[in-house]
Order: sequence, then structure tokens, then C-alpha cells
Amino acid sequence: MNNFAVTVSENEIDVAAVHRSLAAASHHVGAVVMFTGQVRDTPLEIEAHAPMARRAIAALWEAAQQRWPLIAGIAHHRHGRLQVGETIVVVGTASAERRAAFEAAEYLMDQLKTGAPFWKKEAGRWVSVRAKDLAAARRWERG
Amino acid sequence: MTVRLLYFAWVRERIGLGEEEIALSAPMVLGDLVRMLSARSPAHALALGELEPLRAACNDAFVGWDHQVRPGDEIAIFPPVTGG
Repeated sequence: MNNFAVTVSENEIDVAAVHRSLAAASHHVGAVVMFTGQVRDTPLEIEAHAPMARRAIAALWEAAQQRWPLIAGIAHHRHGRLQVGETIVVVGTASAERRAAFEAAEYLMDQLKTGAPFWKKEAGRWVSVRAKDLAAARRWERG
Repeated sequence: MTVRLLYFAWVRERIGLGEEEIALSAPMVLGDLVRMLSARSPAHALALGELEPLRAACNDAFVGWDHQVRPGDEIAIFPPVTGG
């Protein structure tokens, strides 16, 4: 299904274009949810294992489609040097109704943070994993 | 036959290499492979001496230290991921 796209690149993200594409995915789309994450406080360097990241995020879209009636999804994650205020990641979802779009976008982000191979370096130091990110990813586990 | 190794973040910085190839003629458990790698140089030992802070992938999929590495595989070694 090419309605679910993944981009991992150093290029700037055109957030409006992501939204346009999701909104126009089909005439059944009634809700689009967009999440954007951006650099705060201090510039960042992001390292990626890009081929693995693409596969990992594509697998997350597969899993999300099993759980929610999604029509389309776009995830774009940058790597390289980023300045304060620049967009790091965009996750957008399109569905007939808002609940699926909201939940799937949050799921994607929670899983991406702990399951896709990116590493942040901030002021010369590699960022450590935060317990709250691990907990956020775990809360989607089904018992 | 060889195995291609990719290093990321502080693992890459400590070793001083983004990637390298090693000879491997028969399958080997990943944990043993990493122990063998850490004996290559003091820099390798500094990066790979302890498994606990490390994670790994084989051919772009996360794997555990008991994974069987085969000649021709691509192994990535890195700290826990911090994207998003």
C-alpha cells in the first residue's frame, strides 16, 4: 500500500505538503492528524541508520493499519544538523474519523521514538533514553 | 566470506570507524562476535567491552545477543535509539 509513506532524509520537511497529500488521499478522508516535533533549546545533530529506519517505520505503519481504519499515513524523519525551531519529524494520519487518526499518530510517534534507529546529539553529548519514552511505547502493548 | 559491521553514535565515535568488514567463515552467536570485535583494539574495547549499553541489528532488523550471525550478514551496533 503506497498510501503509507516513509521518508528519512537530511532535507527540510514541507509540513503543508504532507497535510495536503493526506487530505487529498481519498474522498473518504474525514480527519487528518498532524504531529510535528521540532528542535528546542539547543541545536541538534541527528544520526540515522537510514535503510533500517525506513524499514522500521514502514513496519509501524503496517502495525497501525492492523489496529485502526487508516486511509493514509506519512512519516518523515530528518537527520543531520538541525537548528532550534527546525522540524525533526512529521507524522500524519488520515482516516474517516478523528479517533483513529489521533490514536494512530500517537502510536506511531511513541513506537518511533524507541524503535527506529536515530540518535540525537545535543551540545556535544549523546542523548540518553528517557524512561518516560520507554513507558510511552509500552503502553500500546496488548496483553 | 565476510560480515559488514556498521557502528552508530558513540559506538562509531569510540571506535573511530563508521563501518568495517571482518572475515567470518561459519555462523557465530552475535554476543561472541562482539566479544571478538572488542579484542581488535583498545578503541574497540572501549566501545564494545560491555554489551549492556549496546543494541544491535542484523540486516536492518533488531536482534538479541543470541542471534546467529551468518557470513554475508550486515550487523549494526549502536546505543539505544533516541529519535523522534
